[in-house]
Amino acid sequence: MGCLEGDCHYNSGNLRARKRVEQVQKILDTIGIGGERAQMYNLSSSEGSRFAQIAVEMDEKIRKLGPNPIKLAKKKAA
Amino acid sequence: MIVADRKPIEEIIEEIKNHEKILILGCNECVTVCEAGGKKEVGVLASALRMYFLNQGREVKIEEKTLERQCDHEYLEEIRDVMDQYDAVVSLACGVGVQFMAEKYHTSPVYPGVNTCFLGATEKRGLWTERCQACGQCILARTGGICPVSRCAKRVLNGPCGGSARGKCEINKEIDCAWQLIIDRLEALNRLDDYEKIDPIKDWSTDRAGGPRKVEREDVQQ
Repeated sequence: MGCLEGDCHYNSGNLRARKRVEQVQKILDTIGIGGERAQMYNLSSSEGSRFAQIAVEMDEKIRKLGPNPIKLAKKKAA
Repeated sequence: MIVADRKPIEEIIEEIKNHEKILILGCNECVTVCEAGGKKEVGVLASALRMYFLNQGREVKIEEKTLERQCDHEYLEEIRDVMDQYDAVVSLACGVGVQFMAEKYHTSPVYPGVNTCFLGATEKRGLWTERCQACGQCILARTGGICPVSRCAKRVLNGPCGGSARGKCEINKEIDCAWQLIIDRLEALNRLDDYEKIDPIKDWSTDRAGGPRKVEREDVQQ
């Protein structure tokens, strides 16, 4: 979660965070984990309901994707 | 400094996929500054590889270490005692470090984890640009401190060429014409008379044209 673009206390911190999340997504895609498991959202501190909505959305998405394949692989290996 | 860029993880995976005990070896010097092969990048690559192999159902030991430098015997010696624990090394040092590592531990496969790009400067975080081609005969004194060998696409020594327009190079409108920069700089230094002097033919034997080079200093040798 980052502040709205152009409204970051650290000026460009949220823009850098977005680039880094994109980088993480690429790595996760490459190694077969799935980049969609990491997502960047921007919202202001007054958007409590939006925060909750995003959390629900992300929860649904992750459940649909299923457990982290690494966890399954670890269990199998154990 | 030597500027490098990260290699795609899939390329590294392809190289090391048949190994089982791998050391990811970073370098604390240039590649740390250009954020391609320092301790942080070693950590990211090692984690990604661990996850990849685990996901493939393979047990591959991936360990991390970062040396002060990989282009000096004394630092490479620090891993001599542990080298027998690995069957491959991915070196995130520049091409010099990778080769020195391979020479020193010649029975261990060493794979490059970065692409070594050029000798350059940090313009700002995340932006590195070329400044030197190590031609072995520095002419910066005559060119106002701006190098036409590295910054002119044609390496023209008495420029600019006909492809210079409005201060930009014909190969890319975003690239400054090195000779325009040189003229502007000489003008600022009140040395435009120097620009009128024709540079003699450069001795390129000290550049790559003369084959692999060496610098030997008997006065500092032991």
